[in-house]
Amino acid sequence: MSNAIHNFLEKNVKPNFDAGGKLEKYYPAYDALETFLFVPGHTTSGKGSHIRDGIDMKRTMIMVVLAMVPALLFGIWNTGYQHFLALGETSTFMDNVLYGALKVLPIVVVSYGAGLAVEFTFAIINKHQVNEGFLVSGMLIPLCLPVEIPLWMVAAATIFAVIIGKEVFGGTGMNILNVALTARAFLFFAYPTWMSGDKVWIGGGTDQAVQYADGSTGATLLAQATEKSSGFINAAGAQYGDTFWDAFMGFIPGSIGETSTFAILIGAAILLITGIGSWKIMLSGVLGAYVMGLLFNMWGANEFMMVPAHYHLVFGGFAFGIVFMATDPVTASQTATGKYIYGFLIGFLGIMIRVFNPAYPEGIMLAILFMNVMAPLIDHYVIQANVKRRNKRLQTVAA
Amino acid sequence: MEYINIFVKSIFIDNMIFAYFLGMCSYLAVSKTVKTGVGLGAAVIFVLGITVPINYLLENYVLKEGALVWLGEDFATVDLSFLSFIMFIAVIASMVQLVEMAVEKFAPALYGALGIFLPLIAVNCSILGGSLFMQERQYANIAEATVFGLGSGVGWFLAIVAIAAIREKIRYSNVPAPLRGLGITFIITGLMGIAFMSFMGIEL
Repeated sequence: MSNAIHNFLEKNVKPNFDAGGKLEKYYPAYDALETFLFVPGHTTSGKGSHIRDGIDMKRTMIMVVLAMVPALLFGIWNTGYQHFLALGETSTFMDNVLYGALKVLPIVVVSYGAGLAVEFTFAIINKHQVNEGFLVSGMLIPLCLPVEIPLWMVAAATIFAVIIGKEVFGGTGMNILNVALTARAFLFFAYPTWMSGDKVWIGGGTDQAVQYADGSTGATLLAQATEKSSGFINAAGAQYGDTFWDAFMGFIPGSIGETSTFAILIGAAILLITGIGSWKIMLSGVLGAYVMGLLFNMWGANEFMMVPAHYHLVFGGFAFGIVFMATDPVTASQTATGKYIYGFLIGFLGIMIRVFNPAYPEGIMLAILFMNVMAPLIDHYVIQANVKRRNKRLQTVAA
Repeated sequence: MEYINIFVKSIFIDNMIFAYFLGMCSYLAVSKTVKTGVGLGAAVIFVLGITVPINYLLENYVLKEGALVWLGEDFATVDLSFLSFIMFIAVIASMVQLVEMAVEKFAPALYGALGIFLPLIAVNCSILGGSLFMQERQYANIAEATVFGLGSGVGWFLAIVAIAAIREKIRYSNVPAPLRGLGITFIITGLMGIAFMSFMGIEL
C-alpha cells in the first residue's frame, strides 16, 4: 500500500518539483514532507563502501519528540484535573482528558503551525532542505507554557524564537540559545502577567466567572514558596496531600508539561537508552541543584531556603529543563569535560536564581539560557587545556 | 557582606554591557577571538579598578558641593560638580597613560600582550560610565568604590570573552549575508542580554 502511494508520488507529483518542473521553487517543502513519510532514497553513488546508519537528524528529533509524549499526555490529563480540582468539582478520567485536550492541543497546533511556516519560508528562500530541528522546539514550546496563554502569544513567541533565535544564525544546528527557551523568555519578559501569578496555571483561571473552591490557590508551589509564607510546605500539603509525592507525580499546577517528574523520567530513560540525551549533563545538573539546595539548607536564612534539597528536584520546571532543554546537543557544551561543568552550573545557578530572585521563581529556565551563552566559552577553555596538556606530553616524549 | 553584594551586583545585575550597553564600540570591535577579548577585558578590569577609586577621592574632596571644606570654612559652599566630566576623563586619560608607561617599563611581556588595547581604553565608555555611576550611587567609602570598579570590570570581561567564544563558534555558520559581521553580533548581544536578565532583581 505504502509502496503504491510512494510510486504514485514519484511518478505524478515529484516531477512538478524537480529541476525544470512547474513548482521547482517549492522543492524543499516537498522534500520535507516526503522524508517525513518515507525513508529517503539517497544512496551512495559509485563504488564507495560507506555504511550509512539509519539514524539521521530526522530520526533523532523524532526520538526526542517521542520522549516528550509522556509529559504531554500527563499534561493534558493534569490540565483537566487541576481545572476541576480548583472548581471543587469531581471529575472522571475522561472529563479531565477531554477538557485538557481542548486546552492543550490548540497550543501545540499553533506552535507547530507558526514555527513550521517560518521554517518552510526560510527553506524556500534559501533553497535548502527544511531543517528538522523545529520538530523538537515545536513540542517543547507548548510544554513549558502555562495553559491559559493566549494562542496569539504562542504564535508571536514561536515566530520570534525561530527567526531571531535560529534562522538568523543559519538554521538548525547553528543557534546559540535553545529555541524553545528563547520563546519562553520572550513571553516571560514581554507579557509577564500571562507567565506568572495564580490565574494562568489552571485551565479557565483567567475567566472572570470562574471561582476557585475554598482553600484552593492556583499559584504554583514555587510561587507559594517564594512568598515565604511560613510553613508553606505544610500549607501546600493541606491542599495537595503529601507534597513531595504529589509534586513528583505531577498533581500540581504548573506549565503544561513540567509538572510530572515521573513522566519526564520516562522521557529521560528514552533519551538515555537511545543515547540522544547526554547523561553527563543530566547527572551533573541534578548534582548541582542538590548541592545548592543543601547549601541553602545549611544557610537557612528564610523559609524558602529551608525547603529540603530533594524538593527542589521535583518542583517547577527543574526536571523538564534538565532533561529536555539542557541536553539540547546544539546549545550545550560540546566537550565531555565541558558537559559536566555546564550541567553542574545549570543546576547550581537554577536553584540560586529560584531562591534569591523573588521575581523569577522559574530560575532553572533562565539558568539554562545563561549557560547556553557561556557554553562556547567553557568549550574554548576545555579545548585550550587539552591542547596544552598534549603539547606538554609531546615535549616530555621528545625530551 | 556589603562588599560581596556590590561586587556580585556590578558583575551580573548592573552589567556594563547587558544592562547599560556601555563600552559597546570596543566590545564589538575586539571580540573576534577569545584571546584579544581576554586582553582587552583584563585591561578594562585594571583601569576601572584604578580610576574609580581615584575619581571617588576627587569627587569627595574636590568636586562635590562642600567637598573643599578641608581648605577652610570659606569653601563650604563651593560646588565644582559641573567640572566632573572633564576631570574624570582627564584622570582616566592620564591614568591610562601612566599605567601604559609603567607596564611597558616593568612588565614588557604584559605590555606586548595588551598592545593597542591599553590606549584604546581611554575612550571606552564603560570606564567613564563606571566613574559616573560611582558619583550617582554615592558609595559610602573608597573600598566600596574600588569593589564596584573591579566588579564592573569583571562583568565587562565576562561579557567580552563570552561573546568572543560565541563568535568563534559561529564563524562557519551560514548566517544570511546582510547580517554577517556586526549585524549578527548585535543580535547575539541582545540575546545574551535576555540571558543576563535572569539575575535582575536579585538582592543579597
